[in-house]
Formats: sequence, C-alpha cells, structure tokens
Amino acid sequence: MKKIAGVLIISLLSACASQTTQPTEVDDYSTGSYNGSGSSGADSSAYGSGGSGFYPMNDPGSILSQRSVYFDYDSFSVKSEYREMVVAHAQFLRDNPNAQVILQGNTDDRGSREYNLALGQRRADSVKNIMTLSGARNAQIEAVSFGEEKPRAYGSGESVWSQNRRADIVYRGE
Amino acid sequence: MPMYRHTVHCFYWLFSRLLFLVLLTIACTPAYSRLNIEIFGGGAERIPIAIVPFADENRLQQSITEVVSADLYRSGLFRMVDPGGLRPHAPADVVYSNWSERGASALVIGRTIPMPNGQVEVQFRLMDVARQSQLAAHAAVVPMTQLRAAAHHIADIIYEALTGEVGVFSTRIAYVLKQGNNYALQIADADGYNEHSIIQYTEPIISPAWSPDGSQIAYVSFENKKPVIYVQTLATRQRKAVANFSGSNSAPAWSPDGRKLAVVLSLHGGSQIYLINADGSGLQRLTRSSSIDTEPSFSPDGRHIIFTSDRGGSPQIYRIPVTASESTTAERLTFEGSYNVSPDYSHDGRSFTFIHRHNGRFNVAVQDIATRQVQILTNSQFDESPSFAPNGRMILYATEIGGRGILSAVSRDGSTRQNLSVQAGDIREPAWGPLPRKR
Repeated sequence: MKKIAGVLIISLLSACASQTTQPTEVDDYSTGSYNGSGSSGADSSAYGSGGSGFYPMNDPGSILSQRSVYFDYDSFSVKSEYREMVVAHAQFLRDNPNAQVILQGNTDDRGSREYNLALGQRRADSVKNIMTLSGARNAQIEAVSFGEEKPRAYGSGESVWSQNRRADIVYRGE
Repeated sequence: MPMYRHTVHCFYWLFSRLLFLVLLTIACTPAYSRLNIEIFGGGAERIPIAIVPFADENRLQQSITEVVSADLYRSGLFRMVDPGGLRPHAPADVVYSNWSERGASALVIGRTIPMPNGQVEVQFRLMDVARQSQLAAHAAVVPMTQLRAAAHHIADIIYEALTGEVGVFSTRIAYVLKQGNNYALQIADADGYNEHSIIQYTEPIISPAWSPDGSQIAYVSFENKKPVIYVQTLATRQRKAVANFSGSNSAPAWSPDGRKLAVVLSLHGGSQIYLINADGSGLQRLTRSSSIDTEPSFSPDGRHIIFTSDRGGSPQIYRIPVTASESTTAERLTFEGSYNVSPDYSHDGRSFTFIHRHNGRFNVAVQDIATRQVQILTNSQFDESPSFAPNGRMILYATEIGGRGILSAVSRDGSTRQNLSVQAGDIREPAWGPLPRKR
C-alpha cells in the first residue's frame, strides 16, 4: 500500500500543473519571498553516490521508499509505527546535505477549507519536528499544506478519510 | 427557522423566459458554466409590485423588464403582480384603480428609445399606487451591451425606494468552479450572468477575496505545489504573488482601506496571522500563539480582526485589535458548540456570519456581536465560506446537493433562500463583491 502511495506521489509530481489560462505575471515569486530563494526552484542535483542518479528512496527494499505518515482523526501526532521511517529520512537528509524535502500535510474534507489547511500544516510541521530533532537541517525541509484540496481517496466514510489524513515526504528534484 | 422547500410557481412564465435567455446565452458563452437559480421560501411581508413591460423593448437583444423582475423577485422581498393586458408607459396613462384592484402597491412603467450609434435610452418611473404619485424615476442612454447593467441599476433604484436599503443587483460574485481536474476562478454578476474565468489551473484555487473597491481579487493558488497568495487586477489580468513565503500562504482578507491584507503564513511554524501591504511589502506578525490562527476578517472600521483559533481546545471565533502587541489577549466571541469557523464581518460591524457545527451538520449562522445571540440560518449538511452581501440582507455560501457543490444565498433572517448551480461541475468558495462605485 505505501509503496503504491510513493509511486502515486511521484506520478503526481510529474503531472505538472498545466496552465490553461495564463494571466500576465508581474514579478512573480520574487516579491515577498522571505528566505530569498523561490521555493519553486527544482533542485536537480542527484542524491547519494555522486550524481549517478541512484535514488535509494525509490528502492522498494529501502525504508526510504515509504513516504506517507497517516494520522488519527483530529490528531497531528506522528504514531510510533511511522517514527522509524521518518527518522530514516532525517538521517538521509543529514548524510546528504544537498537533499531537500517538501512535507505535504493533508486532511479529510470535513469542515472549513482554510481551517483544514491549517490542520494539514500542523501534520507537516509534526513530521518536520521529528526530522530536525533527528539530524536534518531546517533549511532542507519545507513543510506545506494541501489541506483537503488534494485527496488521495474520494468519497466519504472512515476508509476514505483515513487515507486523506496524511503527510507525504517528497524529495525536491525527484 | 421555518424553511419552505417548495419552489414558487407563480412565476412560471418568468422562468420560461429565463430559460429562453439561458439558451441565448449558451450560444455565445461556454454552456457548462451557466448558473441556474432556484428560490425557496420567502418572507411573509412581500411588497406587491407590478412591472409593465417596457415600451418597445421587444426590439432589443435584452428585455429590461425580465431582468428587473427577476432581480426583485430573487430578493425575496417582493411579490410580482401580473399586469395582464395593461400597458401604460407614461404617468398620464396610468389608471391607479386598475392596479389597486390587482393588489399592487407599487407600479413600474418605462420605455426604451433607440438612439444613434446603436445606443438605447431607457426611461422608467416607479409609482406609488395608493398615493397615486411618483416615487422614483431615472433615464439613461446605454450601449446595447449594457442593457442588463442598466436593468440591474433600475432594480437597485426600485429596491432602495421601497425598502430603504441599498440594492445589490449591480454587484458581482466570485467563486471557484471545479470540473474534473480543472479549477477556474469565476466572476459573475450577482444574478449569475456574464460569468467568466479570470484564471484556470489544474491545481486547486481557494479563498478568493474582493478588494474593497472591487478592482482586484486576492486568492490562494496551488499551481506552485503549495498554497501561495496572489492579487490579480481584474481590468488588466495582471497578477502578483504577494505572499510566497516558505511554508503555506493562505486566507487573504483585505483591510477596508484596501492597503493591507491579513494573511495566514506558516513561516515561523504553525499557522499564524500576519499583516502585509497589498503589494507584498511590509510583513508584520499579528498573532503569536502556539495554536492555529486562521480565517481573518477585518471589522468595517479596520480596527479589529476576527479569526478562527483552536487556542481553547476547539476551533472558535476570536477578536483581536489590529494594533495588538505580544501581550494582547484575543477575546473569544463564540461559545456554543465545539466547531465555529470561517467568520465574515457584516458591513455594519454589528454581527458576523460563520459556520457552526451541530449534530454533524455544518450550517451558516449569524452572531450579534453586542448581545452574542446566535441564529442558525440553514439546515443543510455541509455549508462553507459564508459572506455577506454589501447591504447585509443576504449571505452567500457554498453547500452540497447530491455530492456536488452549489452556491446558495440565505436572507439574514433565514426566511428566503436561493440556490445557484451549474450543469456539470462543483462550485465552491464564493465571495460577494462590493457595491459598484457611485455612478
């Protein structure tokens, strides 16, 4: 299940947003960027063994291929069953200072979209906290939220909602 | 709150005419995005009004009478009286007893006069049947393309003369239309006509917010794989990312002077409210909590912000001065229930609308700020994103019917409700725009 999830995320990433109506861009992405670097900058440097293109996080045998942390209803605490996986990613980041991840928090679709965006942020922040405590540097991690906007499963009921209460770990440049 | 669930049939002819208009419109705009309007309930004290078809309007591309009638009817404050075969177009032609016999207390007469260069002069008079006198009159020369706008203006004048309140028929609404994986931010007239997209993406768009002068819209787009706040100028279609900080950027709300936005950033961890100039400069943090603080809305005097926070353990609505310092404590406003979110200040500053969860339902509610009295206005399952009409009479919100998102508007007292839906697709995230600038 989780491996399938990983593949899904990668295919989601590659299916880039195709813009159908293009308004005139004025100084896009530069103004207001607090950390100076536009967060969209795709980091194309290869991780691991000197640019060989081998991504251990895509090796199905590696714990790094697991990318999703699932949460209980109304909860943002990372359950113990996901800690080993999150720590493994943190250690990979520690050992590969050029590697960067985006943590994407998600929620089910009950309630306010903006409040859910904040709940998803809290889930991404929880994963980030464990990672920074386990050796990853703050600058390697951006925690963002999709709220209820990008569900993995559609419909209603616990089996659907539980799949959407989730944080995904996505490497930049994948 | 009584809620009549039957459609009112007395205006069948009107709807059949409307249907014809819809078909006409389909010829020149994408059919899928056409808004359909249904009306439920209605106040007991409706004003009976007769509208005589405007003279010579059958030569125009657009009937003035139909637009004026539909506007007034949709407000829930008017009962339309059938003029039968009576066709007065000037005050001297009016036999008042004919109209009092029909039960009309107000009468609208008017004419359209073709002018050179394809323009039309539209004249109208509103007559008080009991007093046998004129209440209002207006004449304007307009291009053919502005006939609907001219009719909305007439409806505004009638509405204001008879209710004492400002009409909102010339305002616009914004909403997000989702069709498959396509998201479009749409602008339409308040009656759903003249809809068009200002931006379309295959990534979500949420939280549109009108600038106070109606010239710009702030919104959140996920096109960059994370939420980023843009401000787009409607006339030029130019836009700018005004908040694209590390982490999530969302929930934009304009200050009443249009100079600043309250925004929610996760820049320093969590979701906190910041103020930023409308050009993206001058970031300033407003809330400092370890909880979620989101969904800001400015008071009309610009001095306070109400927002959603879970600092007390469940999401509730709080108020904080815009000049808050680190030691300022936010005042909790909602106490009933364990889920009160998405506040929007009324334009008179006396109340706010919000979403209240009760027995698993999410409904539109209004709370009086001084008395704290709460009134729940809807009984649907999943309501979202309420916003007041500029005159405070109606509240526009998103709801769900048969798994599809539609727009709904409910009167401030809960007595009248109208649904606005599209044939295919979800509509959500509505925001009612401001009054147009004085003509």
